[in-house]
Amino acid sequence: MNMRDNNDPLIIGGKTFASRLLIGTGKYAADTLIPKIIESSGSRIITVALRRVDFEAETDNVMKHIPDHMQLLPNTSGARDAGEAVRIARLAKAAGCGNWIKIEVIPDNVYLLPDGHETVLATEILAREGFVVLPYIQADLVVARQLVDAGASAVMPLGAPIGTNKGLKTREMLQIIIDEIDLPVIVDAGIGKPSHACEAMEMGADACLVNTAIASSSDPVAMGRAFGQAVEAGRTAFLAGMGPVKKKADASSPLTGFLRH
Amino acid sequence: MRITVNGKPETVDDGASLLDFIHMKNLEPGKVVIELNLEIVDRKNLGDVLLRENDSLEVVKFVGGG
Repeated sequence: MNMRDNNDPLIIGGKTFASRLLIGTGKYAADTLIPKIIESSGSRIITVALRRVDFEAETDNVMKHIPDHMQLLPNTSGARDAGEAVRIARLAKAAGCGNWIKIEVIPDNVYLLPDGHETVLATEILAREGFVVLPYIQADLVVARQLVDAGASAVMPLGAPIGTNKGLKTREMLQIIIDEIDLPVIVDAGIGKPSHACEAMEMGADACLVNTAIASSSDPVAMGRAFGQAVEAGRTAFLAGMGPVKKKADASSPLTGFLRH
Repeated sequence: MRITVNGKPETVDDGASLLDFIHMKNLEPGKVVIELNLEIVDRKNLGDVLLRENDSLEVVKFVGGG
């Protein structure tokens, strides 16, 4: 399901993508759902995480469910400071899955809010090493600007804490980032339903990343399709330009030529 | 000899290479990444790197995530 005519592609790190929906691979009841959700959602960029091998309970290999045409976006989840994020990023690159990295530096286990300062430090180091860096941040313009200077390829501000499905609780601050930052703005975290993603795209976000809302749906394949449609609808609406909001009624039908005159 | 793997003590044969260790654990070399004493080991060198007493390994792989 490519975007209509593909004449409005998403461009990140010099690569062009037909879909503005990024999806995750976490929390699925079965990893065999992943290729079906890629298909139904039309997504072209997908996140994965890196973890220690558990020798006692060897699990399925998530990579075998991800088709070759997908852009892999490994994250640094588990990192609590810049040093750990850099270490995880280098391991992900050594795994042979390209040079893209989503930086997550999260010292807080309750709300999973990212540490902006450490994220900027990690971005500086990794961008210098040639990584395409997409940092997960709070909806904070100051941090976003520091990330531009640090060499980020996009910024990923949160709508609400990870996995909450609460929607765009940071709406005003997201709008400021969208208005002020020239890099692609990908709204990440908190998007709970397609209307949230559509709203972010109507606001002018360049893309959305959705994991929990799809994975925790009772029909993830259908929900993936709904998110793909919502992101596309929101983008089209943004490009079309919203009509003005008015205080008083403004009739849609002509106010002259009534039969009684 | 004794080494540490993902934070836990392990015993491996003297003279074992990283590739031997991977095979011992029934892992596929192409599906894991190894850090030996905080240095990433290039996959093509796994057979050449011999383990030594008190080495510390991190063995990681990709899993689902958001």
